[in-house]
Amino acid sequence: MELYLYLALFSPLAGSLFAALFGASPKTIVAGVVPSVLLFVSFVSSTILLLHILSGGDAVHVEMMTWMATGNLYIPFGFVVDQVSVTMMMVVTIVSTIVHVYSIGYMDHDKGFNRFFSYLSAFVFSMMVLVMSDNFAGLFIGWEGVGLCSWLLIGFWYEKESATWAANEAFIMNRIADLGMLIGIFLVYWNTGTLQYDKAFAEMQHLDTAILAWMGIFLFIGAMGKSAQFPLHTWLADAMEGPTPVSALIHAATMVTAGVYLVVRANPLYDLIPHVGLFIASLGAFVALFAASMALVNRDMKRIIAYSTLSQLGYMFVAAGLGAYWVALFHLMAHAFFKALLFLGAGNVMHAMHNELDPFKMGGLRKVMKGTFIMMTLASVALAGIYPLAGFWSKDLILEVAMIEHHYIIYSVLLFTAGLTAFYSFRLVALVFHGEERYKLFGVHPHEAYKFMLIAMSPLLILAIIAGAFKMTYFEMVTQVLPATEYHIHSALTYWIMTIGTQLFVILAIAYAYKKYQVAKEDPAMEKRLCYKILINQYYIPYFYEEYLVKPYRELSTIFWKQVDMKIVDATVDGIAKTIYATGEKTREMQSGNLSTMLKWMVAGTVGLLSLAVVFGLAARYSDEIKVFLSGLGV
Amino acid sequence: MIEIGLTHYLVLSTILFAIGLFGVMRRKNLLLLFFATEILLNSVNIAFAAISHYYGDLTGQLFAFFVIAIAASEVAVGLGLLIVWHKRHGNINLDKMSTMRG
Repeated sequence: MELYLYLALFSPLAGSLFAALFGASPKTIVAGVVPSVLLFVSFVSSTILLLHILSGGDAVHVEMMTWMATGNLYIPFGFVVDQVSVTMMMVVTIVSTIVHVYSIGYMDHDKGFNRFFSYLSAFVFSMMVLVMSDNFAGLFIGWEGVGLCSWLLIGFWYEKESATWAANEAFIMNRIADLGMLIGIFLVYWNTGTLQYDKAFAEMQHLDTAILAWMGIFLFIGAMGKSAQFPLHTWLADAMEGPTPVSALIHAATMVTAGVYLVVRANPLYDLIPHVGLFIASLGAFVALFAASMALVNRDMKRIIAYSTLSQLGYMFVAAGLGAYWVALFHLMAHAFFKALLFLGAGNVMHAMHNELDPFKMGGLRKVMKGTFIMMTLASVALAGIYPLAGFWSKDLILEVAMIEHHYIIYSVLLFTAGLTAFYSFRLVALVFHGEERYKLFGVHPHEAYKFMLIAMSPLLILAIIAGAFKMTYFEMVTQVLPATEYHIHSALTYWIMTIGTQLFVILAIAYAYKKYQVAKEDPAMEKRLCYKILINQYYIPYFYEEYLVKPYRELSTIFWKQVDMKIVDATVDGIAKTIYATGEKTREMQSGNLSTMLKWMVAGTVGLLSLAVVFGLAARYSDEIKVFLSGLGV
Repeated sequence: MIEIGLTHYLVLSTILFAIGLFGVMRRKNLLLLFFATEILLNSVNIAFAAISHYYGDLTGQLFAFFVIAIAASEVAVGLGLLIVWHKRHGNINLDKMSTMRG
């Protein structure tokens, strides 16, 4: 099994290095195919590992080599494939294999083709390190690796000012959160003396709750950055500047769920501190509603889906925060499938519309893009949580968890958000695929994407439809390491009322979206309303950050630059240089070549040396007295 | 009448040395510079001889002889060069001797 573990882990790295060989040369198709094949190898290895785990095998635990060993600190490069990490490995390898194949078509005309695949495979490798590591240090390496690759890929079109800006924003926001994460890891090491998950979690049972709470909070700050939770959420929507396959892989299916993975992985810790868990759940519910509301009015296709991702991440944190770790992981998996599908579909639409992103300029695309239309509609149905697609099983479960745990406020927020989710998803579908063909006004001739791209997407479609069927198998597998709490509403009547009620609510929301946006007309009355303005401006949070954080910081930096750096630091360095120059300039005159002057200097030197000798001689003679005198001064 | 002791010789030597040093610094005439150098050397000789006598050790006086010998040879070479310089340039002014000025 070790062989498969190494294959799964290192094939993406090999693919990345291979594509990097062609980094500077023009498009080479092999630079896209080889990484895709290697990722498929990784996927197959992960599947074998999954089957091994499913058939009741032990978790595969290897220690590749020692990384750090100094004193009491011992950190190995260790990897573990257990029920949790194998789930993540499957999600990562499935989605990334599909995205790789899809990208061969999507990046077809891009001059950075080879570079793109190198980055993308490097990302997958980092993500695998993140999920497979058996200690916090390895997790952190993967964590930073995905952050780096995310930065590279958001800023992939680096000629675009907005893309580099978005890349930097994402990177810097994540640095802020990573500081919290690092403090959390330090706290874990400080108090447990180890970074290995199993040992650290075993040790934590004996620790004080206050310390555990701080650990939990700081680790969660790291998760907040990666998973773009409020108030560090603004980078995710701006990250849509990157190529669409990147959005599908990194900013929907895998990297942003790393925060959820961290909380799930640290479940023994969060079980000990339920009040922090409740905070996580409340924040999750807030973000779910908050992000969904922004998606309602946005006029950028990719941003709508990005806000939807944000909202679904909120759902996952609700489940994780309430202790239903397996539910969170299950929703993570289901969400990865349909959200990646939605993004890839959006990529097709973007291609067809020549990078137009405003759905108000599209309409009626279902006639020309049948395949994409079906896929995106089904993905939206799954996202909305209609029976029997994936979203129904995972999302309804989260609602049930909130209900059973008696958090009725969270429950109602999530229920309301489910309606919003359905509304904005179908608003998008209605605007893009139905109604008049508004794109004709702009002289665009849309065309369907390459066949193989659609075929590559089809596994995601199938998974988005049937993922719910694996619920019980999945439950049995993953609860061997996670707390096995089954969430059943006790009274059958309540259950049916809840389920059918939710379904009806969601269907109504969909119907309303269709009715309102079937005929897409601009609604100036609505656009004048205050709530619309707040939503379209994303609650003025980016504005607030710009005005009250970025600008003061820039002013402060300018002051430091002009006043401190230029006037103190630079002035000191320059001063030293100038003094030396001036001394040289002055002393140069000594070398006049005039014998008389030289003799004078010689005499001066002799006198100087003689007086030094006298001083030292006196000092040596009276050394004892001097010592007494100095000690009297307190030296 | 006071006894003439080591201190007097050393004071004399110091005074002569100061005069010599002053001459070395102030004189612009090469010949006078030689005189000043001789005064310097001889002030040291006086000190040598006096200290040697004071301690009853002949090493100092012996050293004085060496100094005299070296001073003589130095003056011989120096004066030779001085004469050649004077023949060539018609003066022995130190300030004019700056052909190797950097």
